[in-house]
Amino acid sequence: MANVPTPDALLVKSYIAGDENALSVLINRHQSKLYGFIYSKVGDRDLTDDIFQDTFIKVIKTLKSNSYNEEGKFLPWVMRIAHNLIIDHFRRNKKMPMFRETEEFSIFSIMSDQSLTIENQLITEQVEQDLKRIIQELPADQREVMMMRMYQDLSFKEIAELTGVSINTALGRMRYALLNMRKVIDKHQIILTN
Amino acid sequence: MAKIYSKKMRAAIPMKPKKETISFLLNYSKALRFIQVGKHSFELIAN
Repeated sequence: MANVPTPDALLVKSYIAGDENALSVLINRHQSKLYGFIYSKVGDRDLTDDIFQDTFIKVIKTLKSNSYNEEGKFLPWVMRIAHNLIIDHFRRNKKMPMFRETEEFSIFSIMSDQSLTIENQLITEQVEQDLKRIIQELPADQREVMMMRMYQDLSFKEIAELTGVSINTALGRMRYALLNMRKVIDKHQIILTN
Repeated sequence: MAKIYSKKMRAAIPMKPKKETISFLLNYSKALRFIQVGKHSFELIAN
């Protein structure tokens, strides 16, 4: 006598009644169909596994909480859950696109490392040190304005208020500070470029 | 002898989820319980 497989509806009933093995049979029976269906829509193995898992989590929750009422139509119901989860996934990804590395597409073509190389870092440090040394050579009033403007990012109005001079005086001090710095740079042939 | 032009049938390997996925689902199912308190239903996961 041929071995007739237990119908889905009966397995669902057994599962709801507490037979955990029934779920294993149901998953085994429909896994290829469901997995293939999800893969045909999303085209990615890992994502297919995620959606497959989420689908069955929903199935398990619905069956265990006695909310299932579609006897005899188990697979179409599971497929519908998967379909909705696929739609959810694409909706989410529309807002936040995901990039995956393929042979034709490299993730590094849209991502780059903006940080400086070790050599450029060393040069930058050197330039900054030279600059500080030059600033230290300036007369006190010019140095003060230069430090406030360049390092504290203050406006000339703020510098004028803090140093107790007019804006024009602050601007003048800045101008002389720059002229003096240029003189020192030219005199000592200092290169301040990266 | 007649040439056979049709392509040789290759057995299609059915796509299946990872074993870990199935194992997770079966364990999750064993751990999940629903408790009815009055009108409310609570979800419990036994670790």
